[in-house]
Amino acid sequence: MSSPTSTPGGCKRGRNTNPATPSSEGPTSPPSQRRRGQDSSTGDLMPMPTSPATDILSPAAPQDTSLFSSPRPSVQPNEVDMSSPLMYGTPMRGTPARQRPDLGSVRKAPQVDLHSEPPSTDGAVASESNAGQRLVIWGTDVNVATCKEKFQRFLQRFIDPTSNEDENAGLDLNEPLYMQKLEEISVVGDPVLSVNCLHVQSFDAELYRQLVCYPQEVIPTFDMAVNELFFERFPDSILEFQIQVRPYNALKTRNMRSLNPEDIDQLITISGMVIRTSQLIPEMQEAFFQCQVCAYSTRVEVDRGRIAEPAVCRHCNTTHSLALVHNRSVFSDKQMVKIQESPEDMPAGQTPHTTIVYAHNDLVDKVQPGDRINITGIYRAVPMRVSPIQSNVKSVYKTHIDAIHFRKTDEKRLHGVDDDADQKLFTEDRVQTLKELAAKPDVYERLSSALAPSIYEHEDIKKGILLQLFGGSRKDFTQTGRGNFRAEVNILLCGDPGTSKSQLLQYVFNLVPRGQYTSGKGSSAVGLTAYVMKDPETRQLVLQTGALVLSDNGICCIDEFDKMSDSTRSVLHEVMEQQTLSIAKAGIICQLNARTAVLAAANPIESQWNPKKTTIENIQLPHTLLSRFDLIFLMLDPQDEAYDRRLAHHLVSLYYQSEEQMEEEFLDMAVLRDYIAYARTYINPRLSEEASQALIEAYVDMRKIGSGRGMVSAYPRQLESLIRLAEAHAKVRFSEKVETIDVEEAKRLHREALKQSATDPRTGFVDIAILTTGMSATARKRKEEAAQALKKLIQAKGKTPAMKYHQLLDDLRGQSETAITKELFDEALRALADEDYLTVTGKTVRLLA
Amino acid sequence: MFAASQSDPNSGWEAKAVEFFKDHLKEKDAPTSVPSLNDVPLHYLKPNSLVKFRCLIQDMFDPEFYMGVYETVDPATKAKVLRCGKYKDVTECGVSRVDFNSRNTVTAERQTFYCVPIPGENPWVKEISSLSRVVPSTSYAPTRQKRSYEEDDEMDDMDTQPQKQREPHPGMTQNVGHGNGDCKRQETEAPSSQTASTSHLDLNFPLPGEKGPSCLVKVYENWDNFKLNDTLEVYGILSVSPALSALADEKDASSSIMDPTESMETAEEQRVHCPPASLVPRLHMLHARPVSHNNPLLPSATLEDNSAFLSSTLSEMASVRAELLTYFTHILLGDALAAEYLILHLISNVYSRRDVLPLGKFTLNLSGCPTASYTERLYQIIQQLVPSSYYLGMSLQNMNQMRLVPKKDYVANRLASGVLQLARHTSLFLDEIQLEQGQLDTTGVRNVTALGNLITWQKVDYDFNYHQMEFPCNINVLIVSEGRSLLPSDCQIHLQSQVTPANMEEYLSSIHMHTQTSSQLNKFRIYLSVARLLDYNISDEMTKSVEDDFVDMRKDDPQSVSAEDLHRMLVVARLLSLSLGQTSLSRDSWLRAKHIDMLRRSRMEQHKCVNGNEP
Repeated sequence: MSSPTSTPGGCKRGRNTNPATPSSEGPTSPPSQRRRGQDSSTGDLMPMPTSPATDILSPAAPQDTSLFSSPRPSVQPNEVDMSSPLMYGTPMRGTPARQRPDLGSVRKAPQVDLHSEPPSTDGAVASESNAGQRLVIWGTDVNVATCKEKFQRFLQRFIDPTSNEDENAGLDLNEPLYMQKLEEISVVGDPVLSVNCLHVQSFDAELYRQLVCYPQEVIPTFDMAVNELFFERFPDSILEFQIQVRPYNALKTRNMRSLNPEDIDQLITISGMVIRTSQLIPEMQEAFFQCQVCAYSTRVEVDRGRIAEPAVCRHCNTTHSLALVHNRSVFSDKQMVKIQESPEDMPAGQTPHTTIVYAHNDLVDKVQPGDRINITGIYRAVPMRVSPIQSNVKSVYKTHIDAIHFRKTDEKRLHGVDDDADQKLFTEDRVQTLKELAAKPDVYERLSSALAPSIYEHEDIKKGILLQLFGGSRKDFTQTGRGNFRAEVNILLCGDPGTSKSQLLQYVFNLVPRGQYTSGKGSSAVGLTAYVMKDPETRQLVLQTGALVLSDNGICCIDEFDKMSDSTRSVLHEVMEQQTLSIAKAGIICQLNARTAVLAAANPIESQWNPKKTTIENIQLPHTLLSRFDLIFLMLDPQDEAYDRRLAHHLVSLYYQSEEQMEEEFLDMAVLRDYIAYARTYINPRLSEEASQALIEAYVDMRKIGSGRGMVSAYPRQLESLIRLAEAHAKVRFSEKVETIDVEEAKRLHREALKQSATDPRTGFVDIAILTTGMSATARKRKEEAAQALKKLIQAKGKTPAMKYHQLLDDLRGQSETAITKELFDEALRALADEDYLTVTGKTVRLLA
Repeated sequence: MFAASQSDPNSGWEAKAVEFFKDHLKEKDAPTSVPSLNDVPLHYLKPNSLVKFRCLIQDMFDPEFYMGVYETVDPATKAKVLRCGKYKDVTECGVSRVDFNSRNTVTAERQTFYCVPIPGENPWVKEISSLSRVVPSTSYAPTRQKRSYEEDDEMDDMDTQPQKQREPHPGMTQNVGHGNGDCKRQETEAPSSQTASTSHLDLNFPLPGEKGPSCLVKVYENWDNFKLNDTLEVYGILSVSPALSALADEKDASSSIMDPTESMETAEEQRVHCPPASLVPRLHMLHARPVSHNNPLLPSATLEDNSAFLSSTLSEMASVRAELLTYFTHILLGDALAAEYLILHLISNVYSRRDVLPLGKFTLNLSGCPTASYTERLYQIIQQLVPSSYYLGMSLQNMNQMRLVPKKDYVANRLASGVLQLARHTSLFLDEIQLEQGQLDTTGVRNVTALGNLITWQKVDYDFNYHQMEFPCNINVLIVSEGRSLLPSDCQIHLQSQVTPANMEEYLSSIHMHTQTSSQLNKFRIYLSVARLLDYNISDEMTKSVEDDFVDMRKDDPQSVSAEDLHRMLVVARLLSLSLGQTSLSRDSWLRAKHIDMLRRSRMEQHKCVNGNEP
C-alpha cells in the first residue's frame, strides 16, 4: 500500500505539539490521535491513508467513516488542525465555545485556494495570510475573512425601521437592531443570537446566498464574527459559552412536500406540526480514554456517531490499554422530533408527509406534540447500510433535519391578538389578481354568488355569510375596561327542513381554514368547550379543546341548533358576546379565547315553519341567545311559480352541465379563499366621519320607528351589529375606510334579516322586541289588557273568595270583544297572581287579601 | 449500447426504456402476458422480472432519496464502475464497494406507496382473472418448483437474491443470467430466516379477514397524480431482495452504535416501513394504469376505445335488464318495484361533485326485510354480481368495536386502515337487522356518524389525531332494515312481500336453491358494470320539460314536492335511462321515473297508515 504523501506531516502543528491554547476545553482539545489524511482524497481517491504507527487507529474503511451524501466531499476531521479557518480562533478569555452538533463536525473544513486544483492543504495554510480574496473553504465559495467582515458589518449597521416582530418589542427601531440584541445578551446572559435571514438578504444578497447554500461553514463564521464583536464591545460580560448564531426564516423552502435532493446540506425553513418527540438522548461528543497502565488520559472527539478508540497509548506505547471513562466524557443532549405537514399545505387526496428533525442542546424539549412550528435547519441525507458485514448498501438515504431554530407559529393563539401575517404568504401575482378583483364595482355581488353556487338563490343570506367570512375590525378597549369588542358576525339560519341549510354550513366549513362543524344533536357542552383528560402516556391532566376553541379565528358551524340541550347552549352565551370561554374543571381554571363566528342552523319546532308564529315561537330558542346573533335569516320555501321554475332550471343544469361550464360561471373556490384570507389579514377598515354619521342616523331611525307605537325597536347591540357589517363590507372592497355605501348595505341587510325574522305576525310590523325579549310588544299589550279585563270582571263579581277556573274563562270570553285563548287567559291569571291579587290552585281561583 | 449509455447518465435512455414498456403494454395482448402478483404466488415469480399488480393505494409513505447513479470501486483493481440505482433497492457491487464521495453520484427522489389488493374483491373476480393467468414462462420455473419442494427455505433465499445483472430493465421474457458461484455461496451463508418472526405482521388490510399480497410500490415519476384509495394496475419490476429484511433484523442487534440515526426509529416503524420482502415484495413501477373497474369480464381498456364491445352490450342491455329484473323480483319476494330500485342502486355512481355536493349517489334503504338469514342470502346474491362488496352487520358489538375510519398511527407512522377505506364502486351492504337494543359508546357514535357522513356527502374523515382529513369516496351503500333506517338514505323502499308468512321458510330456501347458470351470471355482471360506466346527458328540450313538470307538480301539491324530491327524481331518471342503455334522457324515461317514484311514495304512505307509530 502506498502512502499518500500529499499530506506531508511537516506542517502539521497538531501532531505532537500541544497548541498554545490556554483552555483545553472544547474543540481545542489535546492532540489528535489521527492524522489528516483525506483532505486530499479528491485528487487521489485512495481509500485510506496509510502511514506509520497511528494509522491503525483511523477508521477501517472509507465508507464507514465518510457517510457523506453526494456532492459534498468528506473531510476527515482533525481536532487540532489550526489551519482550519473555522476553529474558534483564540478563546474569548475563558468563555468556552460550545459544540454545535446541529452543524455537524465539518466546521474543521480546510480552506483551499480557488485556483490551485487539486487543492492542497499546505497551499491553503501558507497562502492564508497573503492570498486574501481567493481563499475559500473547501468545496464552497466562502471566504472566511470576507464573510466574517460582511456579517460584522451587517450586525453593526442593519436597521429595520418597519419591523413589527414581537421579538423586537422594546427595541429602538432606528438603531442597529442586532447591536441592541447583543446588548440584551450581555445583560441577560443567554448566548443565542437569532438572526432573521430576510434581514441578511435585504442587507447583502450574496451573504444570504452563501448562508443558505453552505450553512455548515457560514454559521460558524458568523459565530466567530459575533463573538469577536461581542467581546470587543462588552469585554466584561460573562457568558456560559460563546454566542451562537441561529438564523431563521430562510426562504429556501416553505413546504415539506417541495423538499428535494437539491436541498441536501442547505439551510431550509419548513413549517409543520410536531407529532412525536423522543426522549432525551445523550449523545457523546467527546470520549475520554484512560490508559490502564500509565493512567495517561486522552480525549477523542466523536465523529458522526463513531469513536475511534486509540489502540496504542502514546505515553507508554502499550497496545490496547486505553479504556473509556464514561463520566468524564462529554455528552450533549439530542432529541428526535417528528414533524408532519400541516393540513393546509397538503394537496387533496394525499396523506401528509413526515420528516425527522434532530434537536440539539437547548432546543431539546422546546416543542411538544401538537405544536405548529417553523423549523430552520440543515437538511441531511445519510445512506443506509444493509449490514456492517455486507458491503451492499441499501441504495436509499435516510433524511433528517438538524434543527437550528424553532419558531412556534401558534404560540400566540391562546393569548392576545394574532394576525396570521407570516403564515399565509401571497405571491405578488396573486395579490395583483385579488386587487384587480377588488377594484371591480360588482365585487360584492360576484363574491356572494361564488359562495356555494350549488345552492339556489337566497342572495341575501349568501351576502350575510360573506360578510361573516370577512368579519369586522377588531377593536381593543382593554384600557378603558371594556375588553375586546366582538368583531365576528354571528348568523342564525332557520327555516323549513330541506332548504339546504346544512349544505350551506358544509360549504362554509370547507371554505374557511379554521372551521369546525358540529351538529347540535351530537355535541355536548364539553365537546364544544374543552374537557380535561388524563394523558395516557404522561398521566398528566391535559386540557383538550373543543370545537369552539378550535375554531378560534374561524367559523364554528353548528347544525341542528335547536336540538342542542340547554346546558350546551348556555355555553354559547359567553362565547358569542365576550369571545372567551371560562373553564373551571379538575383544578384547571382558565379562560380561553374563542373568537369564533357562529353560523348556526335551526329547524322550526313543528318541522314546518308556521308563518302565524314569531321566530321565537317557531324555533323555541331563548331570546337571550337569539339577540346575540347579528343576522337571523329565514330560509323558507317560497311557494310561487317563477321561483319554482328558476329553481328547477338551476337543479337540472346542476346535473347535466359539465365541470368546465360551471367553473366559467363562478369564481374558483381557491380564489375566494385567498381573497378572504387576504382581506382578513391586511385590511382593517376604520369608520370615516360620514360613515359614523350615517350609522348614528340609521340607529336613531331604527329607534324612532318603534317609539311611535310605544315600543323599543333597536338596542345598542343592533348598532354594534351595524358597525360590524359595515366594516365587513368595507373589507370586501379592500377599503381601509368604512364609507357611506358600506353603511347603506349594512343597513339594508340588517333590515332584510329583521324583516324576515322579527316581523310580528299579528301586526305585520317589524318588532325587534320579539328577538330581545321573546315577545312582541303587541302581544305584551294584549296580555296586559286581558289581565285588566279579568281583574275588572272579578271585581265586578264582588266578594267571592273562590271561583271555578272554567267559569271564569267563560265569563271573560263572554265579556270581551276580542278572542281570548286559553293561553292568554292563563297569562292574564299569572300576571294577576304576580300582583298578589289572586292565587290559582288546581281548578279554583282564590282571591287574596 | 448499454455500456455507452452508462457512461453518460443524462442521455435519456431511461426515458426511452420506460417508453418502450409503455408502448408494449398498449398492445392488445401484452398486458395479459405479464404475470400478475394477484394470482401467482410470490415464490413462483422471478425476482427482477416484470409483473403486474392490481391494487389500491392504502397509504403513502414519505418520499425517499436514493442513489440514482453511483460509483463502485473494486478494492483490488481500483476499477471504478458507474451504476444505476433506479428500479433497485440495494446497490450491487459484489466485492467492490460503493464510493460515497464520488462526484458522479446523483441523488434522486422516489415515492413509496403501500398498496393492498382491492378490498372486498369477490371470489368470482379472482377466479375469472386467474383463469387467464400467466405462469412465468421461463425454463427456470419448473426446476424451481421441484427444488423448492425439497429445500424450501434455503432455496427461497437463494432465489430471491438480487441477480447479478447489468441491465436495469429485464425484458418480459428475457432469461436472467444466474449469479456466479462466488456470489451464490456468499449469499447462502447469510440466510434471512425471517419467516417465523414475521407471521404476526399486520399487513394493514382495510377489511378484516382479507388475504393476498400487499406491496410497497416505488414510484419514480408523477407521484403527485396518484391519490390515496386510487385503484391501479401497476406494471413494475419485482424486487424481493432478502437484504431488505436483513436490514430490519440486524438493526436491533448490533447496529445501534454504528448508526445513531437508524436506531432512533421505533421498532414498530421499522416493521411497517421495512417488512420482510418475502411477505411484502417491493415493486418498482414502470407504468401504472388507473383501473376504472375491476370486472375481469370487461375489456380493460376504456369503453370508448372498445366500441365493438360497447355496441354489442348496449344492444342487448334491455333484454338483460328484463331478465335481471325477473331474477331480482324473485329474490325480493316478488316485489318488482323494489327489484327495479335495486338495479338502479347497483349501477349508481358519483359522477361529479358540485362544491360539497356529490351528484349521482343513490343510497337505497330496503326496509321491511323479514329475517336475518334473508339479508345474508341477499348479500350472497349481490356478491355474485358485483366485483367488490362488503357485508357490514351493524350489530351493537360491531359498531362499538370495529374501526371504520382509518386512523393515523404515529408510532408506526402509517395509516391504520379501517373498513370504510374502500375502492370506488364497492358495494357496502349495511345490515341493520342485526342491530339490537343497547348503548353505543364513543366509538359507536363516531362510527355511526362516519357512516352517515359517507352516505350524505360520500366522504370519510380520516383521523389524523391532531386534525381530520377528508377523503372523497364513491361507495354504493345499501341499507337493509326492518323499519326505517337510523341512517340517512337517498331513497327508502318498503319491501312488499308477495309470499305469505307461512310459506316464507320454504320460499327462502328455494331462493338459495335457485342459482343461475354461470353464463347468465356473467351477463348480469357485465350489464351492471357497463351501465355504471356509461356517459349520460340531458338535452335542452328535456331540461325544459322537466322544469315544466316540476313547476306543475309544485302547483298541485307544494307541500310534498320539494327541491330534494327533484334531486332524487333527476337521479332516478338518470339511472333508469342508463339501465336501459340510453345515454340521454328521454321523455319516456322521465315519465317512468316519475311513475315509479310515485308508486314508491304511495307505498310509503300506505305503510305509514298501516302502522301509525312509524314516523
